[in-house]
Amino acid sequence: MPAVSKGDGMRGLAVFISDIRNCKSKEAEIKRINKELANIRSKFKGDKALDGYSKKKYVCKLLFIFLLGHDIDFGHMEAVNLLSSNKYTEKQIGYLFISVLVNSNSELIRLINNAIKNDLSSRNPTFMCLALHCIANVGSREMAEAFASEIPRILVAGDTMDSVKQSAALCLLRLYKTSPDLVLMGEWTSRVVHLLNDQHMGVVTAAISLITCLSQKNPDEFKTCVSLAVSRLSRIVSSASTDLQDYTYYFVPAPWLSCKLLRLLQCYPPPEDGAVKGRLVECLETILNKAQEPPKSKKVQHSNAKNAILFEAISLIIHYDSEPNLLVRACNQLGQFLQHRETNLRYLALESMCTLASSEFSHEAVKTHIETVINALKTERDVSVRQRAADLLYAMCDRSNAKQIVAEMLSYLETADYSIREEMVLKVAILAEKYAIDYSWYVDTILNLIRIAGDYVSEEVWYRVIQIVINRDDVQGYAAKTVFEALQAPACHENMVKVGGYILGEFGNLIAGDPRSSPLVQFNLLHSKFHLCSVPTRALLLSAYIKFINLFPETKATIQEVLRCDSQIRNSDVELQQRAVEYLKLSSIASTDVLATVLEEMPPFPERESSILAKLKKKKGPGAVSVTELEDSKREGGELNGGGDRGPDTAAMAASNTSTPSPSADLLGIRSAAPVGAAPSSAGSLLVDVFSEAGPTAPSAAVNDDGFLSSAPPSEDPAPPLSEADELLNKFVCKNNGVLFENQLLQIGIKSEYRQNLGRMYLFYGNKTSVQFASFTTTVSCPGELQSQLNVQTKPVEPLVEGGAQIQQVLNIECLSDFSEAPLLNIKFRYGGALQNLTLKLPVTINKFFQPTEMSSHDFFQRWKQLSQPQQEAQKIFKANHSMDTEVLKAKLLGLGTALLDNVDPNPENYVCAGVIQTKSQQVGCLLRLEPNAQAQMYRLTLRCSKDSVSRRLCELLAQQF
Amino acid sequence: MIKAILIFNNHGKPRLIRFYQYFAEDMQQQIVRETFHLVSKRDDNVCNFLEGGSLIGGSDYKLIYRHYATLYFVFCVDSSESELGILDLIQVFVETLDKCFENVCELDLIFHMDKVHYILQEVVMGGMVLETNMNEIVAQVEVQNRMEKSEGGLSAAPARAVSAVKNMNLPEIPRNINIGDINIKVPSLSPF
Repeated sequence: MPAVSKGDGMRGLAVFISDIRNCKSKEAEIKRINKELANIRSKFKGDKALDGYSKKKYVCKLLFIFLLGHDIDFGHMEAVNLLSSNKYTEKQIGYLFISVLVNSNSELIRLINNAIKNDLSSRNPTFMCLALHCIANVGSREMAEAFASEIPRILVAGDTMDSVKQSAALCLLRLYKTSPDLVLMGEWTSRVVHLLNDQHMGVVTAAISLITCLSQKNPDEFKTCVSLAVSRLSRIVSSASTDLQDYTYYFVPAPWLSCKLLRLLQCYPPPEDGAVKGRLVECLETILNKAQEPPKSKKVQHSNAKNAILFEAISLIIHYDSEPNLLVRACNQLGQFLQHRETNLRYLALESMCTLASSEFSHEAVKTHIETVINALKTERDVSVRQRAADLLYAMCDRSNAKQIVAEMLSYLETADYSIREEMVLKVAILAEKYAIDYSWYVDTILNLIRIAGDYVSEEVWYRVIQIVINRDDVQGYAAKTVFEALQAPACHENMVKVGGYILGEFGNLIAGDPRSSPLVQFNLLHSKFHLCSVPTRALLLSAYIKFINLFPETKATIQEVLRCDSQIRNSDVELQQRAVEYLKLSSIASTDVLATVLEEMPPFPERESSILAKLKKKKGPGAVSVTELEDSKREGGELNGGGDRGPDTAAMAASNTSTPSPSADLLGIRSAAPVGAAPSSAGSLLVDVFSEAGPTAPSAAVNDDGFLSSAPPSEDPAPPLSEADELLNKFVCKNNGVLFENQLLQIGIKSEYRQNLGRMYLFYGNKTSVQFASFTTTVSCPGELQSQLNVQTKPVEPLVEGGAQIQQVLNIECLSDFSEAPLLNIKFRYGGALQNLTLKLPVTINKFFQPTEMSSHDFFQRWKQLSQPQQEAQKIFKANHSMDTEVLKAKLLGLGTALLDNVDPNPENYVCAGVIQTKSQQVGCLLRLEPNAQAQMYRLTLRCSKDSVSRRLCELLAQQF
Repeated sequence: MIKAILIFNNHGKPRLIRFYQYFAEDMQQQIVRETFHLVSKRDDNVCNFLEGGSLIGGSDYKLIYRHYATLYFVFCVDSSESELGILDLIQVFVETLDKCFENVCELDLIFHMDKVHYILQEVVMGGMVLETNMNEIVAQVEVQNRMEKSEGGLSAAPARAVSAVKNMNLPEIPRNINIGDINIKVPSLSPF
């Protein structure tokens, strides 16, 4: 008999589902769904009380409709009602609806918590499990507050059923992940660790996830788990396949648990206790040995399970990186897998080998597989596997094989999948630079790269090649010769033109002796590409031309002619026009001496981390970034290539829209239309970057940028902020609630709460008069830069505020990146016919997004030292404005949002705090130290943050508080 | 951690969506579409892992999937999970479904979505694995079933029509396809 009784469903539900399935078109389906939604809504709203069965049926229908992709915005209350039913099936569907559809911010949580509380205390294991599931699936902070102290008790109590223990372990894990500060393990630690010894394997399976997570966060407290894990593992590994009965999966004893145990051990260094270590090494050897034994079953599940354990064992061996013998065995085993017929194994072998390649013991052993890996790159049918092969080649590359690997990667690029080209390009560029013995090889490689995959060569790559050529005079002549040859191809990529323009402008003289590349030939070659290029490239070429005038006086007349022609000097793009005008003037007025000084060869770039490496790191980081970047660059590439078909004006427009706003965009007043916070690597800004290093050659670019903005007359509509706006703002730095503003007419109160990088603010507008306010409108705006740093959303308020009444407005705030200005709140209304117009600063300050961080004295000072660059620190010494009372100060520092750390500063008078500012784009760690001097009534405040703008802003804000 | 479990058919119709990390409703649907797009164009003999789609989060995430007859089972997991382990877990889940429904087929998932959720809850909880022992999971489901039966009473009576309704819908008799160890009936359905 099947475990699920198929007959006992709900008839109405089944009919509805079949109706939907019979719909012939999407429209019909939507119509049927809307009809059903209306029906359910009316049933829920109707006067007749629904019985449990009907509620269950309708809630189930809503779940089905949700699955089809329709928003469900009602029914939550009915689901919550089902929770308190004493019928199991009704309770069950209620919990299901809530775990699928209720998010952790819901207002219903309190009601749900009540039901959970009842079920947890019911002593009915099935009900308890339902409740624990619900907590684990929703996992909100409010739930943590309610249950964080209860769950550990259930978990370790002697009389708890095994199934409840399992649920309790995972429930606790979820709460720990959402609110680690509320889950205090202290007294439970050792009993939780001992769950590893539990008789019931299911309990161990659930508990090990919890223990792994806790160990990652508090390795010291949980380190006793190592020996327990080793002995558990050893018992499993050495057991015969029948010993563990139900936990034997296709003849492999407890594969899932073994994997998890091996993962847990990866949180720790090799065990120090000789006996434990010996036992563990024995286990690992047994696992490696078993891989060589003939399989006990031909089923793929058998080998899957066996290999799952094997791969985790290898990961652990690599993690320890201390047993040369095991490392080499691991490497050989992976080598076998590289040629296995199972694609999954080849994939995983390549992946594991990548980490193995970085170990000094096995690097050489990994290298022996180079031919196989290259072959995988060429012949694998699956892009996921090819990607891993490319990663491994990158990891195993060193001076001895760099030329071979780079050549293979280059040839692979010609046919590589679009999705991985950009990353491949970065990797080739990095390897070429890192292992270059002679730089002519490096230059060749990069130029090849541009030739093969020009669209995927990001700005960083061509920028880097220029840095290197400029810094190394032994390669300059060769570079000039090579780009000159490359430019002769009938169609060459715009990036090639950029490199060519730059290098010939600097070093064209080195090849000018050859009549085949005389100055005029060079110039004509460059200029033949000019009209096919986008604005930033043309601007670069104009700079190259003026450098030509300096290098080769004989080209002066020709170039001046070019600069003088209408398409340059009257170009609609201001940047190009300005360069043409200025360069023309410069070349005709300045003496040769002046010209030679102004247009001197570029000074060497300061050595710094390769911008390409930084980019690759970023790509490997949070994924969303890399994708948008990829898209941006693709889009840009497309536009650049397309530029040639269109008139120069449309090309310029396209460029100004895709890259950072160029000055022409400002003129047209469409700056705000340009994408805010576009990829930092877009063409315009980089060009500025290249030349801003050069100083004298580019007098124009940066200057114009803001000129138009700042000179624009301020809009007359909203009033300028009140003079006391800043003072009002300062009142709220260390608190979240209170009265923001008050005059004879109006009172504005604020309540706000913040979590991570999000905040919600409630504004209460109170009419203090007995007369109605008419046309009451409020506008929140983020001036200037703030627009891209803070996202504030709100709904309009009711336009009428009766005398004595209060209305409420909710603002949702998202911090995108750190900021120092405050958003403006403009309020306009008519009071007895007179327009009232006032603007305030909303007390949203960067410290609101603090997440407190507890740390020991040792950690604090270690981090303090790490943040030692001068610009990371901001310091102020100031006179006390308020009472210097200890309790008051503590309250203020806590209100700031940081953790106030005790016993850290050697001087007990001082206060130190630590916290992390959460923004969408990054997290900024901040350390604070406040040193009061009671006699002098002075303070010294020091801030060190991982981002300098944050240090400065916090210092400014806080100096007003004490 | 398992971030999401998605089951959809060969046409991309979702049959079960379970997220263990909050995503807004429209985002959930978008993730299903993107995942279907990524997975469906892959041959059956390529590997079962691929780098996560852009929507669910970056390079730390992987999609691990299996394709059974008309259905894709996709687990979206972070790097703390063993790839092969998750593959086994999918197999355990499907075998459990097969035991609970006796030769599970896509229709069972459609008409008993709630039951599928309950079975899944015995395997995965809050994104972590609760139990891997099939007999234990089935035992728990049976307990639930007995409780349901004992409450059945009056309300169970009209529900018998379900099996009849199910047969109404089938334009032809289901054929059986052998995948690994499981029989999955594959009704050829007109997609809706």
